[in-house]
Amino acid sequence: MARQTVEYSITAAERLNATLNAFLEIDREGALERATQSEKSGGGLAGIPIAVKDNICVKGLQASCGSKILGDYHPPYNATVIERLTKAGAVVIGKTNCDEFAMGSSNENSAFGPVRNPWDTTRVSGGSSGGSATAVAAGIVPVALGSDTGGSVRQPASLCGVVGLKPTYGRNSRYGLVAFASSLDQIGLFARKVEDVARVLGVMAGRDPHDATTADVPVPDYVASLTGDLKGVRLGFPRALYGEGLDAEVKTSVENVVDVYRELGAEIVDVELPHANYAIAVYYIIATAEASANLARFDGVRYGFRAEDTPELRQMYRRTREEGFGPEVKRRIMLGTYVLSAGYYDAYYLKAQQVRTLIKNDFLEAFKRCDAIVTPTSPTPAFAIGEKVDDPLAMYLNDIYTVTANLAGVPGISVPCGLSSERLPIGFQLLGPYWSESTLFKLAHGYEQARPFNERPPISA
Amino acid sequence: MPINQSDIEKVANLAHLELAEEELKTFGRQMMEIVNYVEQLNELDTKNVEPAIGGLTPEGAETDSARPDELTASLGQKTALEEAPDPAHGHFRVPKVL
Repeated sequence: MARQTVEYSITAAERLNATLNAFLEIDREGALERATQSEKSGGGLAGIPIAVKDNICVKGLQASCGSKILGDYHPPYNATVIERLTKAGAVVIGKTNCDEFAMGSSNENSAFGPVRNPWDTTRVSGGSSGGSATAVAAGIVPVALGSDTGGSVRQPASLCGVVGLKPTYGRNSRYGLVAFASSLDQIGLFARKVEDVARVLGVMAGRDPHDATTADVPVPDYVASLTGDLKGVRLGFPRALYGEGLDAEVKTSVENVVDVYRELGAEIVDVELPHANYAIAVYYIIATAEASANLARFDGVRYGFRAEDTPELRQMYRRTREEGFGPEVKRRIMLGTYVLSAGYYDAYYLKAQQVRTLIKNDFLEAFKRCDAIVTPTSPTPAFAIGEKVDDPLAMYLNDIYTVTANLAGVPGISVPCGLSSERLPIGFQLLGPYWSESTLFKLAHGYEQARPFNERPPISA
Repeated sequence: MPINQSDIEKVANLAHLELAEEELKTFGRQMMEIVNYVEQLNELDTKNVEPAIGGLTPEGAETDSARPDELTASLGQKTALEEAPDPAHGHFRVPKVL
């Protein structure tokens, strides 16, 4: 049985990849072998095929991070989350396409071409975990892993019509996730149903000695939280975020979600996040600063690509990085190096970290009055491939609703809430206090039961 | 704050990037735009605000990261060198340094 399920996923991945470009590697032989083993040894996730973003290490498979600089790199170890999922029987079938080093909101920054949205292949999948979102949306796999630094799980989930979770910072181990911005990165996951996300998170999460930022906070039975009883839950509505820049259809759709919650017995309370408008500015200072440091390790010495004909060491570093990195990664390394450089550190980096405190305090204040906050996930449905590539700032503004959660470290989940007039998915986001994944699942599941999203994209397994 | 051509070249040098002429120009313009955008943060008075560096969550900050100092297996020389672009005699070989 496990073998059949896994083979179905592999065949679907192979067949649809020419259209969607969701996978960078499909491991037919290895996956079938692991499926046979999984059938024998069992486990809570026995025989469940999963797809993994190509910046998370799976022993024996490639890890390109969507970049040329890693060459044909094959990590010699498993990420902790992979270790835990495979021990429970899950079978990795392949590695998914993503924006280079997870930097992007459209998957157009992949060195291996953009992922195409299964709802309309002329449109972006969202990013940076676009391949994983697409693989789930097209019915190739039931579950896929991504990473979320500023919205890279929630935004593509929204654009592809699936559920996407970014857990609390410190919930999942980052060991084996190639670092982009270490204080913001968190491994998240996609599924079509909330229950699947809840079940898989329960297996992945928890303290890991290999990642000192994982917390000693017990992992509850997340599935048990899906009670359907939303009576008395207080849902925060940040009215000010439903203004300028928000697509009218998305606005109406998410306002309808609020009405559904009211019908289900939730109490809607007005909340404010007064510093939310500064979040993109803060994010692009902190994320680029951390990226410029983290990506210093790609120098052509220990692994990956090295430029040819460079007889001198420094020249080898410089040319390897020039040839190996794509434009967005170079732009961010430059920006990060600039904001950290002598004379500018206080004006940019320190200032951003101070405003980050204000953003975090906004959440702490808001969560005194509510159990979760509801917002759109993305200001618009999926946009056209090529539409925003020449304007980095316009691209960054896609993350307006999602970056605050990374800056504050709180969890967020995106849930589908219908289709636009052009038949493109729209998603809403729930944000909760630290370690409130159970509450988010309960709320997301409650909505899903009341308004099931059963539409399938035209490109589907 | 204006960013001029020599600033961009200096930053590229610090970042170990050998940028092409065209890239220096484009990045210069784009960085200028982004820096102008982030300067909106100066509207906020943050004189008495602690920077958010370190433990993001209260529980995260309290997590005890100490562990017993025991030997555990590591990758080993052979595995560690397997992905190197130019390994030689158990080492990472690089072009001449001086």
